[in-house]
Amino acid sequence: MTTRGFEAHARHREGVVIIDLSGEVNKFSGATLTAAYGEATEGNSSSVLLNFLDVDYINSTGIAVIVALLAQARTEARRVTAYGLTEHYKEIFEITRLSDFMAIYEDEDNAVAQVPA
Amino acid sequence: MSVFPGRLRKVTLGGRRKAQGASAAPEREAVAGMADVAPADIASNDPIIAYFQAASGAVDLEGLELESPARDALRAAGVKMVVPLVSQGELIGLLNLGPRLSEQEYSTDDRKLLTNLASQAAPAVRVGQLVREQQAEARSRERIDQELRVATLVQQQFLPKELPELGGWEVAAHYRPAREVSGDFYDFIELPEGRIGIVAGDVTDKGVPAALVMATTRSILRGEATHAAGPGEVLRRANDLLVPDIPPQMFVTCLYGVLDPATGRFRYANAGHNLPYVATADGVVEMRARGMPLGLMPGMDYEEKEGTIGPGESVLLHSDGLAEAHSPDGEMFGFPRVMKLMEGSGGGSEMIDVLLEELDRWHGRDAEQEDDITLVTLKRSASAGVTMSADEPQEELTSTAPAAPGRTSSNGRADDSVQVLDEFTLASEEGNERLVMERVTGAVAGLPLGSKRLERLKTAVAEATMNAIEHGNQNKAELPVSVRVMATDDDVQVHITDLGGANEVPDDTETPDLEAKLAGMQTPRGWGLFLIKNMVDDMQVTTDGDHHTIELTLHLKGDGNDD
Repeated sequence: MTTRGFEAHARHREGVVIIDLSGEVNKFSGATLTAAYGEATEGNSSSVLLNFLDVDYINSTGIAVIVALLAQARTEARRVTAYGLTEHYKEIFEITRLSDFMAIYEDEDNAVAQVPA
Repeated sequence: MSVFPGRLRKVTLGGRRKAQGASAAPEREAVAGMADVAPADIASNDPIIAYFQAASGAVDLEGLELESPARDALRAAGVKMVVPLVSQGELIGLLNLGPRLSEQEYSTDDRKLLTNLASQAAPAVRVGQLVREQQAEARSRERIDQELRVATLVQQQFLPKELPELGGWEVAAHYRPAREVSGDFYDFIELPEGRIGIVAGDVTDKGVPAALVMATTRSILRGEATHAAGPGEVLRRANDLLVPDIPPQMFVTCLYGVLDPATGRFRYANAGHNLPYVATADGVVEMRARGMPLGLMPGMDYEEKEGTIGPGESVLLHSDGLAEAHSPDGEMFGFPRVMKLMEGSGGGSEMIDVLLEELDRWHGRDAEQEDDITLVTLKRSASAGVTMSADEPQEELTSTAPAAPGRTSSNGRADDSVQVLDEFTLASEEGNERLVMERVTGAVAGLPLGSKRLERLKTAVAEATMNAIEHGNQNKAELPVSVRVMATDDDVQVHITDLGGANEVPDDTETPDLEAKLAGMQTPRGWGLFLIKNMVDDMQVTTDGDHHTIELTLHLKGDGNDD
């Protein structure tokens, strides 16, 4: 039960780099997410937007993977934002204070409008 | 480096043989053999490996300046010169030479000859090594195949050769072994007064050991079924007989029920096996009964319950291989899907066909099956007897089992106000927390718990299960995590127990320091217990020396229910 199809793919929209996530975010997601982040930041963009719309489960080890990504982005002075979280995971991001370090938007349009390219 | 140890040690030029095959060699007799050098292992981190690999020919050991235990060992054994055998960039062996018999130094021609020899010998030696490796692999595969054949033989020997013929009933069974046969089994036992005992079980582990435990369990159950008073007593005795003999960390989940074909009455007890499902006109209901798997601990009691299979209704006994199968992208087939498919299936053998066809369609016909699949169904003919109680919910059937040993819930109320909604065990395998989430969601479906609080319960249950699998049971798949879902008028409670009672209970429920984690000063992990504590209204951790339990409580109403 160790593989649960986590995928992360980078794309661009109006100069904003978006990483579309899907599946389950857990400790096995780290390498895939890091690779997508590497691809996303090749053009040296100052921010990265994470799309959680197709993520159906995030556990504590997945939180750790996101924390590690935020830590990396911080050392590179990149801003990370997110959208597409369910109410439940929004609550979890608030409880863990992840949302203090990663602005959460309702949808992609809003997020793209707010994020400096 | 993959070549060490192993390949290298075999390749030394031994005996007092002379180098051959180089007609241009002027002083063939001068090449000395190494009579007494035993093949030696070279540590994989010894720098001499890289040196030899990069060397373009014979290496004079005398002049070799290198901090290397292997060099010292070779020198001590009297080796003067080493000719590395390199094939496709990989060091596969060494020709070790002692001093020339003439006691003169090796000449330039000697070195050329040796280098030449090495370049021709290396590919041949490599081929020899590959052949030997392949032969060893083939022997090992043959051994495994042989063991699988024995396991399959043992297992199939003990599965029923034919199904019982019961007037007014259609009995069907399907057994589909996985490639590495695990320990599924089922059995029908003829009992006095026309009753029939029905067994469905699953031994943890695979191969011959599982097959032998399966055969033993089957014999014990057959013996006890004819003596003991009822299914609960049969499982109690079987457990006590199995505990002293079963290999450590193996256990058996088992459902045992006794059917009276004339009335449709089905008395049953469950040792941690999947709940049987009954397809009725009003939907599919579970037949719940509490009990630990067989072979884990002596002196266990097994709750005994009774239900009635009405005319036209079907009961399904099923092993993990169905509900826990995964699609190519990792999604689980799941219990709710099994129940849903049963609803529209018509019951009996038709129902088995529907389930298997859907499974094949869902995970692809060519996908390798992860686990044995066993399905046993008994369908009562629609015209049989009198409808006993089609609208009587199975869960409310009276329990005739002795009450569970006096437990008190964490809020201090005695057990008699607590209703057990579900109880089950599962293997300590990564990812199994999602099974628990799914099962708990089903168990609490009838409670007044809003969607927001249900999500919190699911997260808390998943994290507590991950904790039990990883910390309590140390990721040992064979150790069970036990889950008990209960409700009172005010609360829903989930107790998650592992066998890590001897381990220290972690106490890291303090708020993790996110700033420190983001600054790289702390590990990004460590969110589990913090999350649990924030998801539920109460969390208690108890330990009794053997077991370690996380007790989660969520209020059903009152201030905490903010949906």
